[in-house]
Amino acid sequence: MTTFVNRAPQDTRGSWKTYLGLTAVLLVSAFPVYWMFVIASSTDAAVSQIPPSVIPGSQLFKNLNEVFTMQEVYFTASLINSVIVSTVITAATLFFCSLAGFAFAKLRFPARNALMFVVILTLTVPNQLGVVALYILMGKLGWNGTLLAVIAPGLVSAFGVFYMRQFIAHAVPDELVESARIDGAMTMRVYFSIVLPAIRPALAVLGLLTFVMAWNDFQWPLITLNGTDFPTSMVALSDLASGNYVIYRRVLAGAFAATVPLIILLLIGGRQIVRGIMEGAVKN
Amino acid sequence: MSLTQLRPSPQHAAPPPKQSRAKLLLYRFDTKATPYVFIAPFFVLFAIFGLFPIVYNAVVSLRTWKLDEPDKDGWAGFANFTKLLTDSDFWNALYNTFGIFVLSTVPQLLLALIIANLLNRKLRGQSFWRIGILLPYLTPVVASTLVFSVFFARDNGMANWFLSLVGYGQEQPLDWRAEKWSSWIAIATMVNWKWIGYNALLYLSAMQTIPKDVYEAAAVDGAGPWRQLWRITVPMIQPVVVFTVILSTIGGLQLFNEPMMFDQNPQSATGGSAHQFQTIAQLIYKVGWKDLNLGYAAAMSWALFLIILIVAGINAQLTKRIGGDR
Repeated sequence: MTTFVNRAPQDTRGSWKTYLGLTAVLLVSAFPVYWMFVIASSTDAAVSQIPPSVIPGSQLFKNLNEVFTMQEVYFTASLINSVIVSTVITAATLFFCSLAGFAFAKLRFPARNALMFVVILTLTVPNQLGVVALYILMGKLGWNGTLLAVIAPGLVSAFGVFYMRQFIAHAVPDELVESARIDGAMTMRVYFSIVLPAIRPALAVLGLLTFVMAWNDFQWPLITLNGTDFPTSMVALSDLASGNYVIYRRVLAGAFAATVPLIILLLIGGRQIVRGIMEGAVKN
Repeated sequence: MSLTQLRPSPQHAAPPPKQSRAKLLLYRFDTKATPYVFIAPFFVLFAIFGLFPIVYNAVVSLRTWKLDEPDKDGWAGFANFTKLLTDSDFWNALYNTFGIFVLSTVPQLLLALIIANLLNRKLRGQSFWRIGILLPYLTPVVASTLVFSVFFARDNGMANWFLSLVGYGQEQPLDWRAEKWSSWIAIATMVNWKWIGYNALLYLSAMQTIPKDVYEAAAVDGAGPWRQLWRITVPMIQPVVVFTVILSTIGGLQLFNEPMMFDQNPQSATGGSAHQFQTIAQLIYKVGWKDLNLGYAAAMSWALFLIILIVAGINAQLTKRIGGDR
């Protein structure tokens, strides 16, 4: 038998086969996104060519311009709406979840463990199953068809509280909180001047994951915003693809425009996103 | 003031000056109440927009709640639920959902294990590979499904071009949306593409916590890398495998975006001309917001909830059993 067997995989150097396999995985992962760009920049003739063209055309801006100026799809507005929705949801999630996470990790109060258990229980509730009643509720509040209806259910997340509690428990030393309290600092002050600076990495991770989820959300925004003048970009895209005959270079120019912000996020914060997913796995 | 006077003073020294007593009160209020103030936003918002809808859904499911006839709203008893049992659309959607679920979950998790095993080496550009495989996870499903629609197009689609290279469909190109099996494969491909990298990272993270001496001890048997993966690594990360099986069950049975956007006319929510790929989540949307029958849609949501609970439980048990036998 060969010698590599008595080594743990993580100590084994990747062979050329490993790199070959990973390269193949990466190509398959990236191809649809790349091809989105190809079609978004092509002419109609190039889209229906056989064999299919895999080289970008030169029409990207023409196609984008067509999408952005289309009547009754509100694509430009939809991108702005998506930015608003995702930003508000992310900011609120970071604030509320870090507050609650701090309380659960560092403050003592009756029923703390029981309440934390409730948070963990709510992690398992599939929210999507409540959409019918949520729609009725939003109707009573008069929020259907407005961005409020999309934003309100996303303001907090059980995962966020859980993640923040785990991080704060390790990242913020008890003594630091204690000594600040002895000096007479209010809890709110401790949160702002001690906890927040210490948890910046966790805020980046949770912020990125939350933004991506809010940006990509489709079912609930479709239910509450469809047919209004305030779609999010995902709802507008589904509108764009719903005509009697669909012009793919135009639709995919829209899809590409709605994907670019996330690609930029991946380039900037890829390491944080990877870390967030991997840490979440161990703790679950 | 009277409240504080009832308490025995902690010190018998002279009472503190007024200003600091106010401070003391404030301090006491702070330690007692602030924790609840801090956790209140989560619980209040979750109760209103997360928990209440699910509970209220049960009430709606027992009523004849129609969006177009709000004045005819009344109790329906279990009529919505008995209607479910004989509704062929529901059973068809259930069948489609399970078909797509199996075609997407099994390859997804197996490939994720293999890719995680590739990533679990000493690699150059470690972060690059990890970030790269997350691209599908970040890409909006609505956007990627539109690309896959072009890929699986009947005329001039890339998938059919590949098939023609191996001599299939020369005379009659395959219409991927037309049949159950082909539309399921197309949709499952999209689901697999999106989630393999994400699951691979979950597995990788668990693999890195396996103590190295486990491998060293097993090396006596002379296990090659492939056997090492299935005999040692996979059983060691079994809890995470169970976790991903449950996650994929919950997500897969609620599949909505891919079948919606794969449709020729997404907003119709029919899942193909003969409902060949209409999933339950899609049917709920159609019944609720196209047929405007919210009561019935709510009953379907509850049925789906129960199905998810049962299937997730069964799958978790199965995964544990399979892992335990190794």
